[in-house]
Amino acid sequence: MNHPDAPLKVEDLSAFYGDMRAVADVSMSFAPRNVTALMGPSGCGKTTLLRCLNRIHEIAPGARTEGTVLLDGEDVYDSEMSVIELRRRVGMVFQRPNPFPTMSIFGNVVSGLSRSVPKNDKAAAAEKALRSAALWDEVKDKLGRPATALSGGQQQRLCIARALAVEPEVLLMDEPTSSLDPISTLSIEELMTKLAEHYTIVVVTHNMQQAARVSRYAAFMLADETRAGRLVEMDETSKMFTKPSDRRTEDYITGRFG
Amino acid sequence: MFLIAIYAASGFFVLLVLLLFASLVKGSWPALAAFGAKFLWTSEWNPVTEQFGALPLIFGTVVSSTIAIVLAGLVGILAAAYLAEFAPRWLARPLSFVIELLAAVPSVVFGLWGLFVLAPFVRVALAPSLQHAFGFLPIFSGPISTGTNMLTAGLILALMILPTVTAISREVIVAIAQDLREASMSLGATKWETVSRVVIPAARVGIFGAIVLALGRAIGETIATTMVIGNKPVIAASLFAPSYTLASVIANEFTEANGDVYIGALLELGLLLFLVSFIVNGLARLLLFTVLKGDRA
Ligand SMILES: Nc1ncnc2c1ncn2[C@@H]1O[C@H](COP(=O)(O)OP(=O)(O)OP(=O)(O)O)[C@@H](O)[C@H]1O
Ligand SMILES: [Mg+2]
Repeated sequence: MNHPDAPLKVEDLSAFYGDMRAVADVSMSFAPRNVTALMGPSGCGKTTLLRCLNRIHEIAPGARTEGTVLLDGEDVYDSEMSVIELRRRVGMVFQRPNPFPTMSIFGNVVSGLSRSVPKNDKAAAAEKALRSAALWDEVKDKLGRPATALSGGQQQRLCIARALAVEPEVLLMDEPTSSLDPISTLSIEELMTKLAEHYTIVVVTHNMQQAARVSRYAAFMLADETRAGRLVEMDETSKMFTKPSDRRTEDYITGRFG
Repeated sequence: MFLIAIYAASGFFVLLVLLLFASLVKGSWPALAAFGAKFLWTSEWNPVTEQFGALPLIFGTVVSSTIAIVLAGLVGILAAAYLAEFAPRWLARPLSFVIELLAAVPSVVFGLWGLFVLAPFVRVALAPSLQHAFGFLPIFSGPISTGTNMLTAGLILALMILPTVTAISREVIVAIAQDLREASMSLGATKWETVSRVVIPAARVGIFGAIVLALGRAIGETIATTMVIGNKPVIAASLFAPSYTLASVIANEFTEANGDVYIGALLELGLLLFLVSFIVNGLARLLLFTVLKGDRA
């Protein structure tokens, strides 16, 4: 899949943990203001690939990458690129809701903002982010309460608000609903659809119904015999679920393995 | 069968603690009867006239432990954060190992080192330069006649409890979930911002537990303190003056104590130490238990 106007592109990307290659030669691009789903069986390198996009991968001991990741045409692994700047432009939401436990709801939302931002601006930014994350109405009267007092689904939306508050262009989500109940899952899925109007979203999911519901494009990955994850195919989600071009994709989708 | 053995053993220990407490109360009865609560806030400690007030000893214990806990707390938390978050692996492992070894050094060895190395250093170098720079503060004023004083005792105690603070704080920091660090870094925070704003605050209960546990050790430390504190039951503002602690009075005087009141007074000091250590250690273990889920405390 090649989107000429993609804000985020990956070219021949390989990712390593020590000597072990977890992602091999992946090239793909992510359509602007759309949701792209990364699918594949456990251990095929989805999380690793996602974590290369904001360079969180490199904080694991012995982790490194080869190849190119382009954000608006700039190589994010270039020495000119500030990793801090990159991470502010490419936000991330994790598998398990992980609000900062010692901070209030408000403190969590503004935790990515610079300390020099005036208080009023912080309040405005927090409200905007919480509204975008569809959480404002539920928490507007208790912004000072500890974030850990929220339900799991609310905590995950708080984490989304926290990522949105720094105004990223891209949002990376690693199985954001896998620890949530069905109702909370539904509300996060609705939210993703809405956020895709403004943000380029990449979501890892194990759940094929979820991929079908939220994503416009989908990529299918599989680990090869050396356990290195490779891209099998990438297409519009609807096409991938109806007429996949690769046998292995079809086998996975129809539940024959994975 | 096994369960019965466990219950019997725990029952036995509870009984032992109660017995210890009871015999301390019984032994100190002559002093309790003679001085009552006045024992806690009068300053005369005089075996000749049989006047016993523990205030200078309480003062010496509190001040020396406070110096120790402030210094060891600051250094220990920084060291723990460094070991857990910043040091490369090849350095962190041997360094943690050495720090834990330091905890195993017998306190009499610390005392010897304190007496022959640290005390002279305090007298000729550290105390004069502190006085030169901060002499306007009462705690750094007054004559520097000896190296065995409150400051030296505080420093030795700090050194002795540093391994406890560092090792346990390190453990607590390491136990903080990795995805909190990643969440912070993914917002563009630097490593240092992540550690200072997210990781250490998340570990604060456990770190506090480590500090309270170390405080318990400082309060009860006997032989090293006795060797370097000067052993004079006086209350002085200056840290350069000698002092005395609850534990070191007992260690120094129990062999020569005669008469029910004198022995009772020493046992009453023991009772005081017993109660304080019991409370401080109980609190520390409770805090650490909730944080480390019981796998250490
Ligand atoms: N920190 C790490 N150190 C070493 N190897 C790792 C590490 N994280 C992942 N791996 C390995 O890299 C490979 C890819 O893992 P990754 O987590 O990217 O898979 P995934 O597709 O996200 O799987 P899942 O669906 O189970 O989340 C696996 O073989 C895994 O064992
Ligand atoms: Mg994963």
